[in-house]
Amino acid sequence: MSPTPFLVLSALLFSIGTLGVLVRRNAIVVFMCVELMLNASNLAFVTFARQHGNLDGQIAAFFVMVVAAAEVVVGLAIIMTIFRTRRSASVDDASLLKY
Amino acid sequence: MDSISSLLALIIAIPAASAAVLLVGGRWTDRWGHVLGTLAPIASFVIAVLAFLDLQAGGGEPLQQHLFTWIDVNSFQVDFDLLFDQLSALFVLLITGVGSLIHVYSIGYMAADPRRRRFFGYLNLFVAAMLTLVLADDYLAVFLGWEGVGLASYLLIGFWQYKDSAAVAAKKAFVVNRVGDVGMALAIMLMFASFGSTSFAGVAEGMESASAALATALGLLLLLGAAGKSAQVPLQSWLLDAMEGPTPVSALIHAATMVTAGVYLVTRSHFVYAETEVAQTAVVIVGLVTLLWGAVIGCAKDDIKKALAGSTMSQIGYMMLAAGIGPAGYAFAIFHLLTHGFFKANLFLGAGSVMHAMNDDVNMRRYGALRAALPITFITFACGYLAIIGFPGLAGFWSKDRIIEAAFNENVYIGVGALIGAGITAFYMTRLMIMTFLSEKRWQRDVHPHESPLVMTAPLVVLAAGSVVGGALLLNNWIVEWLEPVVGVEEHHEALLSPLLITLLVLAMVAAGIVVAFLIYRRDKISPEAPTRVSLLTRAARADLYGDAVNEAAFMRPGQQLTRSLVQVDNRGVDGAVNGLAALVGGTSGRVRRWQTGFVRTYALSMLAGSALLVLGLLAVRLA
Amino acid sequence: MIAFWILAPLMVVCALGMVVSRKAVHSALMLAVVMVSLAILYAAQDAPFLFAVQIIVYTGAVLMLFLFVLMLVGVDASDSLVETLRGQRLLAIAVGLLFAIVLVAGLAQVTVGAVVGLDEANIDGNVPGVARLLFSNYVFAFEVTSALLITAAVGAMVLAHRERLSAKPTQRDMALQRMRDYADRGVHPGPLPGPGTFARHNSVDTPALLPDGTPSELSISRVMRARGTVRDVEADRAAIARVDDETNVLRGGGDR
Repeated sequence: MSPTPFLVLSALLFSIGTLGVLVRRNAIVVFMCVELMLNASNLAFVTFARQHGNLDGQIAAFFVMVVAAAEVVVGLAIIMTIFRTRRSASVDDASLLKY
Repeated sequence: MDSISSLLALIIAIPAASAAVLLVGGRWTDRWGHVLGTLAPIASFVIAVLAFLDLQAGGGEPLQQHLFTWIDVNSFQVDFDLLFDQLSALFVLLITGVGSLIHVYSIGYMAADPRRRRFFGYLNLFVAAMLTLVLADDYLAVFLGWEGVGLASYLLIGFWQYKDSAAVAAKKAFVVNRVGDVGMALAIMLMFASFGSTSFAGVAEGMESASAALATALGLLLLLGAAGKSAQVPLQSWLLDAMEGPTPVSALIHAATMVTAGVYLVTRSHFVYAETEVAQTAVVIVGLVTLLWGAVIGCAKDDIKKALAGSTMSQIGYMMLAAGIGPAGYAFAIFHLLTHGFFKANLFLGAGSVMHAMNDDVNMRRYGALRAALPITFITFACGYLAIIGFPGLAGFWSKDRIIEAAFNENVYIGVGALIGAGITAFYMTRLMIMTFLSEKRWQRDVHPHESPLVMTAPLVVLAAGSVVGGALLLNNWIVEWLEPVVGVEEHHEALLSPLLITLLVLAMVAAGIVVAFLIYRRDKISPEAPTRVSLLTRAARADLYGDAVNEAAFMRPGQQLTRSLVQVDNRGVDGAVNGLAALVGGTSGRVRRWQTGFVRTYALSMLAGSALLVLGLLAVRLA
Repeated sequence: MIAFWILAPLMVVCALGMVVSRKAVHSALMLAVVMVSLAILYAAQDAPFLFAVQIIVYTGAVLMLFLFVLMLVGVDASDSLVETLRGQRLLAIAVGLLFAIVLVAGLAQVTVGAVVGLDEANIDGNVPGVARLLFSNYVFAFEVTSALLITAAVGAMVLAHRERLSAKPTQRDMALQRMRDYADRGVHPGPLPGPGTFARHNSVDTPALLPDGTPSELSISRVMRARGTVRDVEADRAAIARVDDETNVLRGGGDR
């Protein structure tokens, strides 16, 4: 099967994830959208691995997953800390670093 | 001979060390500072006399001492050498001799001043610098002394700096002298650029093959320097104001020694002027103009010191005139310089004694009939007076007569000018004598004239003796022969008028001047206030012949205008540009920083827009 | 192939649902669907190892973590979909659309060569193949990843750790405080009553009944009361009475 549909799907998922990051205010949902973007790129990796006939793409996807896991751990910890002090999980509330 | 040579440095070093002790030592030296300060020039004088005797015994071979290599940069080498030749010897003797007497006088004159010790420190500094000037073997070292005396002069004119007039006068002297120093500095640079050397010997050697233009340039630049230091027209304006300094300063610096440095410089640079008619003529003209200029001013001043200052200008004009004539005049210039050193110091110190008696009043219109109150001062002053007007037999008679004679030999107009100057000199000096010592009392109340103490009158007596017998230097044409090794031999001209005739003419002029003065000031009662309805000439002379006005109109006001406009340009243009730029950047930043909203999502949006543009660009490139 | 055409629209719809759903929990569930679907697509593309990892790590661990944090944070005003930044939504949609179109258009322009397929690479099985590559070419990156994971774990612990500002109260302190509160404000010093045992299932939403038969307010959580999920004891009582009556009727009346 041609890889193009997979790639188009990947692109669509990535764009939807981006959109979610831009429009949602809840930090946790924003985070989920970031995960969606990462997953979309993973799909592209896996597709290209099949296209090229070697496993390097799958290795790359694997590393993305590992890094994403670490990122989720730290990110959620940060969200928790912010929530504990500010009683809010909105990304717009953390806007003190400005002019 | 070598032993004396090695002592030359001490002539300078003793006053310099004394100045250092007095100025650095501060008030710990207050009690004995004046004694040390007086002993220093006396010690220098003793060494100078020993060196002089040695020079005479040594058959005219100059004494030299190599001190150290001052500057050694590639091809530019300046040795700090001392040269004690016939010319330097006379100057050193004058400076240390008259200087010592004035130091002694100052002990009495400055007795009441709480800062007497500092005064002596400055005086010693001056003596050291002046000796450096005349002993140096190199134009650069001369310049060192030249600036040193300028500094000392500045410090001493402004010694009573709490008086505004004194502070301003000191500043004026300093600034005007800078103008002359520029000429001197340029001359030295030109020497180095042309000859690769600034020593007398090196320049003299280089001049033999120098072009006429170079010689003229050097001569005019040196003349500018000399004019600044010697208060010659057009840089004459500072000398009258310099009388704000204490009277011993006026006597030592602004009459006997420093102001003659210009004459020394011209004489010393005779090898330059020998090559250039133009510069020589310029020197003669400057001398002649100054001679008449100073004399006219001297006629109108009621301030005794300013009248004497005008006289000083005039007498130095005579010297310049003589120096400009060439080998025929150098010896007489120096001769007149020496005799002038005696009688003018004598006159100034006498004036100081009078002021001392009159509660420091300098206005001659409030003097009168002091002959009885100040007998010693009167007699010594009279000696100086007779010497300066050229009374037969006294010092001034011999020296001035020779200069006028030389002037007639050079050019009849110059001779006539010098002759007229002699007449005016007689007039204003007689006027001064009448107003001060003769005529009736016009004293202010509370003035009780008294003779000055011995410490002040003793120098007066010595100087008066010098004024009387100074002419002895001319016995057997001694001074001309003495200076021959330095300035060259006089070429014999066909005399235009016989010397005897000239002498008679001079005497007639002098007599006329005296008679006119007596007629005017004996007949008219002298009012204590200066008459306001006076002739145009008197008015001009009272205003220093508008020298200051010319300076103000030609330099000061345009300079102020220029400064003001430059400030305007700086404020409006430069500052405007700088501040405008800053305001522009600040304003733009203030607006741009609003983009920094703090909202992560806004940033993310701009990132996405950037990414979209990037991909779009890539696509466009790929598909194009 | 069939799996793709079934899953792809589902995934897009779920992804969009994740973005637009009001409640964060719903978003998380949508995301779970997308991820599981992705895992299937991995399997369809000869990546069984990633299929397993996707299920275990993403769907299992990461999403659980998300849900866990969601529970901790609770309902939040930020869940609302009302946009607070002026023009942000419009611009985001426009630029996002542009981005998507550009990407897709770009992909449409690309001519992809023949698919090689992973048959040869997976000849020893996919897992040994991945392992061989991972521990040879990528061993350094792999080791660095381990350091990253440890750092992340330590960092999360540091962030989650709360510095104690005052000494921890002892049991004695707490008892004294309770008595003081009782003396000052009349606060009940004893333990609160547990939830009702008048229950037919293992639930904490039923209040305990006081001796007079009324439900105790103190026996249930305030949160549940605020959410309105407390069981109506009176309704239960009536139902039970009805059931009892029916039972009695069936048994033959009146015999209690």
